Amino acid sequence: MLDVSSHDVLLVGGGGAGLRAAIAVSETDPGLSVAVVSKVYPMRSHTVSAEGGAAAVIGKDDSLDEHAYDTISGGDWLCDQDAVEAFVKEAPEELLRLEHWGCPWSRETDGHIAVRPFGGMKKMRTWFAADKTGFHMLHTLFQTSLKYNAITRYDEYFVTRLLVDDGRVQGVVAVELLTGKIQAILAKSVILCTGGCGRIFRFTTNASIKSGDGMGLAYRAGAPLKDMEFVQYHPTGLPFTGILITEAARAEGGLLLNKDGYRYLQDYNLGTPQPKPVLRTMELGPRDRLSQAFVQEQEKGRTIDGPYGPVVHLDLRHLGAKLINTKLPFVRELCLKYEGIDPITEMIPVRPVVHYMMGGVDTDINGATPLPGLYAAGETACVSINGANRLGSNSLPELLVFGARAGRMAAAFARETKAPGRHLLAQAVDEETRLLEQFLHKSGGRERIATLREEMQKTMEEGAGIYRSGPSLQRSAEKLRELQERFGNIKLDDPSHSFNTELITALELSFMLEVAESMVQAALHRTESRGAHQRTDFPERDDEKFLAHSVLRRQADAPPRLEYAPVTITRWPPAERVYGK
Amino acid sequence: MMTHHAPHTPQAYHPRMSTYWWLERWPYLRFILREISSVFVAWFACLTMMQAWALIGGPAEYQRFQLWLEHPLLISLNAVSLFFVLFHAITWFNLAPKAMAIRLRGKRVPDLLIAGPNYAVWLVVSLALAWIFLRG
Amino acid sequence: MADRITLEVARYHPERDEKPGIQTFEVPLKKEWVILDALNYVKDKVDGSLSFRWSCRMGICGSCGMMVNGEPKLTCATFLTEYAPGPIRVEPLKNFPVIRDLVVDITDFLVKLSKAKPWLIRNEEKPLADGEYLQTPEQLDSYKQFSMCINCLLCYAACPIYGLDPQFGGPAALALAQRYNMDSRDQGASERMDILSHDDGIWGCTFVGECTEVCPKHVDPAGAIQQYKLTATQAWIKQMLMPWGGK
Repeated sequence: MLDVSSHDVLLVGGGGAGLRAAIAVSETDPGLSVAVVSKVYPMRSHTVSAEGGAAAVIGKDDSLDEHAYDTISGGDWLCDQDAVEAFVKEAPEELLRLEHWGCPWSRETDGHIAVRPFGGMKKMRTWFAADKTGFHMLHTLFQTSLKYNAITRYDEYFVTRLLVDDGRVQGVVAVELLTGKIQAILAKSVILCTGGCGRIFRFTTNASIKSGDGMGLAYRAGAPLKDMEFVQYHPTGLPFTGILITEAARAEGGLLLNKDGYRYLQDYNLGTPQPKPVLRTMELGPRDRLSQAFVQEQEKGRTIDGPYGPVVHLDLRHLGAKLINTKLPFVRELCLKYEGIDPITEMIPVRPVVHYMMGGVDTDINGATPLPGLYAAGETACVSINGANRLGSNSLPELLVFGARAGRMAAAFARETKAPGRHLLAQAVDEETRLLEQFLHKSGGRERIATLREEMQKTMEEGAGIYRSGPSLQRSAEKLRELQERFGNIKLDDPSHSFNTELITALELSFMLEVAESMVQAALHRTESRGAHQRTDFPERDDEKFLAHSVLRRQADAPPRLEYAPVTITRWPPAERVYGK
Repeated sequence: MMTHHAPHTPQAYHPRMSTYWWLERWPYLRFILREISSVFVAWFACLTMMQAWALIGGPAEYQRFQLWLEHPLLISLNAVSLFFVLFHAITWFNLAPKAMAIRLRGKRVPDLLIAGPNYAVWLVVSLALAWIFLRG
Repeated sequence: MADRITLEVARYHPERDEKPGIQTFEVPLKKEWVILDALNYVKDKVDGSLSFRWSCRMGICGSCGMMVNGEPKLTCATFLTEYAPGPIRVEPLKNFPVIRDLVVDITDFLVKLSKAKPWLIRNEEKPLADGEYLQTPEQLDSYKQFSMCINCLLCYAACPIYGLDPQFGGPAALALAQRYNMDSRDQGASERMDILSHDDGIWGCTFVGECTEVCPKHVDPAGAIQQYKLTATQAWIKQMLMPWGGK
């Protein structure tokens, strides 16, 4: 059962980046028809759960260069500096545009936009909407997008592959969840905005939908993945659920204490404890360093043993009820609900959990991938502005800046390109056959999807976690290969067509296994430690060999082909990363 | 640009709301009772008009009216009506602040401060009327 | 406390069922498990064909609304222990067509949301170079509550008017319209008024108030609608008394 439709520009994913890109296409040329294809309704996209804030320079005492420097040093010098310069320049304009679209940014008493301090930033430049910034940004974008008649939404359509012909991407094949019908959607350009892949790991802040679909689609279509070894652990997630406790809690003055009630970060070159939070020191250090400090505390036996593993304590009690209820109400709500703890009177148990992928689909400064017709923006993409470690509150403006850039580029490309031909339908028919044969109409099979998924998550957490080594990565690589083989033997309980979510979880797992393999391979080959990638067998940063992006290309029946591409350095030569001063 | 294939539109199930939906949850029943209470308010209004008409008709006419009121059926009806009128007033006062959302000096005035004065006035007026009519 | 609990889950396969039925599952009873954890346990280990929506599991995406023992709840924020010893009945959200198992069709809401024009309407756009529209914390406060809606649609499941009359705009759509009406930067109140001051809009509401009771984000849609009625009435009176005044 096959249907076909066609548009000028197609977005895969309807979150912050996807919606911003769709609007950018319509603003560039209202005559272009835009499709937003998302496996969930746009307001369910994971952008919705971002809490802390979005950084952009607006203070009189602040400058673009300082934001750039904080970002570049935060990224351990793996960021492409031309991209960072463009990013810090466009971020204020994008956040302001969102304000004009109705985003309820928190304000100073005089009515101007308020900013708060954030981890790794030397000046206060993080805009925020209480502690639900992502939620407000996403709903503002979604509600604004309803104004544009040229945008057609394909809600709850799961894209299973990109249509590639004549060396360029010309559309997608998607399953309509409602009916199980296969839809070929032809387009002159495609933008991937599907977010990250936290669900590859055992403990994550990420929602269930974060399975790296866009990265997998690009990878299989022949586009390279960049810097996949860099996985960010957020230092403060709740144990068991992995729910995010925003960095803003620390920005407002929250403290991290070990089992002796000691502010342990002072032992890790992050400065000395001060009564009030000092930017770029202690609890406001960068996320990779804080997560690494946790692991070292754990090895020293100084973490607290909780029912779900080791934790440390986040202490907000000294902040007082008024501040917590005005600036951190959602944090309080989450603690009360999921830990039965009131942060006003008790300490919150927290641990590092996987949160963000610095790596992703290789794009240039305009969101274009090396595959003509294919673009990417947001967490799915790697430009790279985040390098080896992302600073908190940089990813929300990243959605807007690069969503807009990719949208404009994809629109321009679409105007100069001829429409895809009907011969592409043959690929769609093949895809339908594949889905039926491999999943729905398959008999036999022994493996449960959940079993394979749990084993993948376990091996990734153990072998490719905060600290990795050659042997641990090798073990994970072998395990993933085994899981790939066993995937061929999965059994689906659900052969039906209407709203078959089991089919979707199988397809997601298939993407995750490939993306996981790319992460492990990239990590194996980078024999240095930089930012979020820490090798116990190679603990030093090696700029001579590795001041470069890892670029992986898929090879059928062989490990991916790995190359290194230079990092663009403009005005900030690599230096030592210093915090605590 | 649609290729022709056999239609495959699944039928969604459209649940029907039961005629007794208002019995399924206590809040719904309370809502229906609140709405019905207006009937009894209307009855009291009629009764008051009938009382006024009887007054105009003179002492004999008024006495006939009073006798009529003493009929057990009418006493039961008015007892039930009194309950519903009280229920009506209470639910009305409690809901009024929700519609008004008054803000003073940037903060929303708490519901009790809007409902409260309503109750207070009601009490005062009731006491005043009771004093006037019961002492003579 | 026992270590197992029974779930009675609504099942519906449109391809073969005429109407939904109930299937029971025994699941572990753990104190930190929410209903969603139990449903995922069923899907992962027992019956992969159970279909339901979920995503963030922290009460912010709005995907996982279902009826739990007859009450609309976010299943990611409702603990199993609240219902011990059980059984717990889990059914799809009321007042919506059921597509499959616990999944309902929410297209009607999205249509109504669009109709309410939930975006900032300006007579004239301020150029970006002129900076932000000033808005004091008090002004933000006056609409902030209504902006917290996660579109979970528990309010639609609780609203008997929506159940009886599918043309009714419904709590969330109307509350979101009011969110923009009250935003000091917005100038579209009269445009929305024309659409919503209508029997299918705010005047369809009879203030049952259950929408506000079930809202997990304390948006108070009932309050929003009643306030809207007051504004609409005031506007109408003004129009009657001074018909020559501009909009």
